[in-house]
Amino acid sequence: MAASSSPADLSAALVLQPVAALDWLVILPVAWCISIGAILMMIRHKGVAQPLVAIAGLAVLVLLDAALLWHVAQGGPVTMVMGRWLPPFGIAFTVDLTGALFALTSAVVALVGAAAAIDDVNASGRRYGFYPFLLLLMAGVSGAFLTGDVFNLYVWFEVLLISSFGLLVLGGEREQIDGAVKYGFLNLVATTLFLITTGYLYGIFGTLNMADIAAKAPGLQAQAPLVTLTALYLLAFSMKAAAFPVNFWLPASYHTPRIVVSALFAGLLTKVGIYALIRVGVMLFPAEIEQLSLALAIVAALTMLTGSLGALAQNDTRRLLGYLVISGIGAMLAGIAIGGPEAIGGVIFYALHSMLVMTALYLAAGLAARLSGDFSLGPAGGLYRHYLLFTALSLMLFFSVSGLPPFSGFWPKVMLVKAAIDGGVSWLAAILLLSGFLTTIATGRVFLLSYWRPADAPAAAVPQPLAFTALLPLLVLTALSILIGLLPETLLNLVQQAASTLSEPSAYLNSVFPAGGAS
Amino acid sequence: MEPVFAVLTGIFLAVAVYLLLSKFIIRILLGVAILGNAVNLLLFTSGRILREVPPVIGAGLDVPAGVTANPLPQALILTAIVISFSFFAFLLVLSWRAYSVLGTDNTDIMRVAEPDDVQPPPLGY
Amino acid sequence: MKSLIFRTITPVITSVMMLFSIFVLLRGHNEPGGGFIGGLIAVAALSIYGIAFGGETVRRAIVFHPLSIAGAGLLLATLSGLLSMVFHVPFMTGLWVYPVVFGEEIPLSSVMTFDIGVYLVVVGAVTSIALSLEERGED
Repeated sequence: MAASSSPADLSAALVLQPVAALDWLVILPVAWCISIGAILMMIRHKGVAQPLVAIAGLAVLVLLDAALLWHVAQGGPVTMVMGRWLPPFGIAFTVDLTGALFALTSAVVALVGAAAAIDDVNASGRRYGFYPFLLLLMAGVSGAFLTGDVFNLYVWFEVLLISSFGLLVLGGEREQIDGAVKYGFLNLVATTLFLITTGYLYGIFGTLNMADIAAKAPGLQAQAPLVTLTALYLLAFSMKAAAFPVNFWLPASYHTPRIVVSALFAGLLTKVGIYALIRVGVMLFPAEIEQLSLALAIVAALTMLTGSLGALAQNDTRRLLGYLVISGIGAMLAGIAIGGPEAIGGVIFYALHSMLVMTALYLAAGLAARLSGDFSLGPAGGLYRHYLLFTALSLMLFFSVSGLPPFSGFWPKVMLVKAAIDGGVSWLAAILLLSGFLTTIATGRVFLLSYWRPADAPAAAVPQPLAFTALLPLLVLTALSILIGLLPETLLNLVQQAASTLSEPSAYLNSVFPAGGAS
Repeated sequence: MEPVFAVLTGIFLAVAVYLLLSKFIIRILLGVAILGNAVNLLLFTSGRILREVPPVIGAGLDVPAGVTANPLPQALILTAIVISFSFFAFLLVLSWRAYSVLGTDNTDIMRVAEPDDVQPPPLGY
Repeated sequence: MKSLIFRTITPVITSVMMLFSIFVLLRGHNEPGGGFIGGLIAVAALSIYGIAFGGETVRRAIVFHPLSIAGAGLLLATLSGLLSMVFHVPFMTGLWVYPVVFGEEIPLSSVMTFDIGVYLVVVGAVTSIALSLEERGED
């Protein structure tokens, strides 16, 4: 094994030019999360240091992801291959605008979640490993957003799934165990389906590199069952994203863990499914997804309706929010079904908005329950009288999730509805609007019953004090939602650019194979 | 050789799906174990089945001397085995916990998280 | 377990298996073996020890909490990947040094430290699962 003496031409297999320092941003978010997670695992018993290290680590992660987004926005997609092997042989991490936007938003959500957890997760939860699991979850989420390799995507799915199991059973109450059993088994089936499909994919293409697949797919349409492959991927990712016929695990489990964990799950997990769907459906197999678009549109419509009608039928705010997550997933699926850069831009925008707002809504529900006693809409009430700021924030979030201006939920809905009408699927536009209307009713009712209505009995003469620090996470997320709603240009430009890179992935391909065409 | 493996994979998958459809967790767990093996077999078959020809390039050569099996699916299987092993370990512990905490492994009765008797939301203000 | 024969022979078996696991770990460089399989052998050794003397003894024997060991391994593995940042080569590129100790050339590499990290992760994580199953089985 002495230094290579073979005469073989190394430049055919290895990356020989040195790596630019900025390109390290591609891998650093993942490596950083794993390192901090590992350190947190080692200081599990130090209850005070844990949140500090975790929050500092996540703040750095936000900076890293912001720098990565800036780098990608300036210079187009960036690639780094592991272990120096040239793609498609080495595992490639390729980041385009879509991945960078998702990664940055997820980091913000995780940071806010970690801050909110100071109040919500007690000492035993910390010793059980809330923060290490959170960081490892973020490693999985970031890895899924940044990787350029299908099998690697599968591995990151598993990393985030294992961490989410850990978070889900944190505390180990009866309800949680029950929810975790359903969540665990159904998600395992989904990822196994993902693996089976990836096996077929490798059988057909002989490569797992996304850029390589995107380049080869058009040439193989005639002789390979690519539509079947796409349909299998669609089923696997829909199951992860909680689309209609395979969504039942979400309402069964999302309301069981601590509220911070629910908030993080609502913000991060289903969106990874949507991201994978965008990546595989829109970038790798655009022609095939078009053939399946009618089926996808029907699934999307049913998902939206199940979500918003389900939300109307719930008495527990956490379960209500679970159905709102599903309804949002339906809207994103509708965008994928419509197709075209306009609609895909809308999907990306919607996903980013949904990550921020769903997390904030769960945190608000947790706070409301802490102030009024429980999660049901029945006897609680009268929050408006004592907690004006909190009530105002909650109302803004309710408007935002319903897609009313001037909040962040408005613009993606406009984009999706416009794309649906332009694309000749007006019925889907109608269902998008109907689902938004039903969501408005559901959230409006929560506001009326839990916040506006005077409490039945003036039980607490002295209201519980509400510290400003407890409101801070909510305040940050609501401010972001308003900011995006009022000044959408920057983000609109970014998502349009991201969507056009996805639909026309030549920049992505060039980043992986600088010489031009695939091998 | 491949047709035999294809049929075997089919049988494995059928058994796994049958077990997964059961309402008892212990059977679902067995189904999960078999499902993992079925997938591994599927990946294995896709990488060409040959006997005892290691995919190693000999000294002084640039390409393998003879026909070898594709090593990549085997690497994928290795990863998949590790993952399905850890999943199985976790689900085993979880099921054991569920059985001891909830007192049943029948998923029809496991309705703690989604009780049957939930109140509808209030109809009036 | 109360069997005298088992209890007497266990320390011997455990120590031999531990040594063997390290042998397999280091052998994994160029031959079959490596961190994952070595780690599993070490866990098997610890499990035998645990069956003979109980989970508490195992916890004392490995000094650190299993999950801390896993965390240290994870950190070591990640850092071996990040080491390549210093040398301007892509993440996880294998870096080698050949120090000569007592006239014997010893190849050391970041691949090996990565493998040691994997070994520690497997030992920590699987021991933790085994111990929690063992201790739950008692009550």
